[in-house]
Amino acid sequence: MSTFYFIAFLSIFFAILVITARNPVHSILYLVLTFFTFTVHYILLNAQFLAVVNFIVYMGAILVLFLYTLMLMNLNKDNEPMKSNIVKIAAVFGGGCLLVTIVASLKTMAISQPVVLQNPELGLVKNLGKILFNEFLLPFEVSSLLLLSAMVGAVLLATKDKQPKTQPDGKLY
Amino acid sequence: MELTDIIVKVILIVIVFAISLVIAMYSTYAERKIAAFFQDRVGPNRAGPFGMLQPLADGAKMFLKEEIIPTRASGLLFIVGPSLAILTACIGSAVIPWGQKLTIGSTIIDLQVTDINVGILYIFGVVSLGVYGIMIGGWASNNKYSLLGAIRAASQNISYEISMGLSIIALLLVTGSLSLREIAEQQHGFWHDGWFTWNFFKQPLGFLIFIVCAFAETNRTPFDLPECETELVGGYHTEYSSMKLGFYLFAEYINMFVSSAVMATLYFGGYNFPFMDSLGLSANWITIIGVIVLFAKIFAFIFFFMWIRWTIPRFRYDQLMNLGWKTLIPLAIANIVITGIVVTLLN
Repeated sequence: MSTFYFIAFLSIFFAILVITARNPVHSILYLVLTFFTFTVHYILLNAQFLAVVNFIVYMGAILVLFLYTLMLMNLNKDNEPMKSNIVKIAAVFGGGCLLVTIVASLKTMAISQPVVLQNPELGLVKNLGKILFNEFLLPFEVSSLLLLSAMVGAVLLATKDKQPKTQPDGKLY
Repeated sequence: MELTDIIVKVILIVIVFAISLVIAMYSTYAERKIAAFFQDRVGPNRAGPFGMLQPLADGAKMFLKEEIIPTRASGLLFIVGPSLAILTACIGSAVIPWGQKLTIGSTIIDLQVTDINVGILYIFGVVSLGVYGIMIGGWASNNKYSLLGAIRAASQNISYEISMGLSIIALLLVTGSLSLREIAEQQHGFWHDGWFTWNFFKQPLGFLIFIVCAFAETNRTPFDLPECETELVGGYHTEYSSMKLGFYLFAEYINMFVSSAVMATLYFGGYNFPFMDSLGLSANWITIIGVIVLFAKIFAFIFFFMWIRWTIPRFRYDQLMNLGWKTLIPLAIANIVITGIVVTLLN
């Protein structure tokens, strides 16, 4: 139980650092640490497969791509765009809505037992696979179709411009 | 867990750690000797007999050199980079089964640091984490060449991780287990029921894809574009000096050792060897011979890594991407389909 609270504290701490860090690359690195604490949460819940997949997919692939993009963008204070007043008002409004939602959800909160598992063997690979491919087969396949269509869409967007570009002197390069 | 168990585990961890460091150290010596052999030179031969003390001399040099941190570099991350590289290189060996069980008196010693039942995925996770060391170091150096090297490392690792994962899926269809210990046990002996037990003979195409991806993930030639000297000065470690540079170079050799051990375990029978049941030796002797056999396989793979390095020139960047995305991924998917059909028909 105390491990859970310690890791939960770390998760929230790093998540706050993600949004307060001034440097976007530091922000991504804090996000990596946040996801690492999520992996520890999964291990505490005895969900080994989810833990290791979270590790591989989120920490090992998606955040590497985030970092990759941010390193290429050369963001720093000098060329930070100025935000107009309308954007600021919209941001205040959006934040206020979030605050109301959080307060409302806190009002109906009950103390749960996050560390007590109904079925401790659920997270092992074999059981998870059986449940996914028997009970939840349709949602599983539909979500895979969704991912496939998103992938095809991204490739389509990337290859839209098929005309060969010419340089000012008219030569192809 | 009893106290003796913990002591045994600690001793095992220290031994595995020491062995990986010593092998990484002498891999640098072996690499230079093999390079010399391939290029008809002598190689290092001044420090000690046959130059055997050269790695120690190099290590001392690395430690004693001046430590330079560029003024515009991002201070903490500049140090985190090489530390992360060596950390991820070292933790990969935790799930590799080094041998069968040893029995000393009444205690049974399991020659594996930990047998988690998602062992393969753990290795895969550690491999995917390895790129952070290079990326953080390259970015924190605040140097264009380092950044380009880091970006190349990231795109290369992500591309080849996909085909590596797909080749492992085909292997899992055959073994039906994610635990490295179980996979090693399934390859017991050499011949069983009219076919080889080693997974290489069941998954030749999968092994080919896996070894190509292992070369790419360890940044070895022909995939060493992140540190391509002819284009990028030194790539991601251009700004590094002294032991921080040493950590990056060392991490590469430890990675090579760990990936050799993984390949030997997954595809070449691990600690199993032909006729292991018909020798008539006691179980402990079989275990000890098995450990020696495993290390022989690992050394053969390390030699193969070096052989390739001094034979094949570096890829061009577009060739690298074409090989990864247009050749290896379709091949790996075809391998999964064929394996699936064969496994279904045989059952």
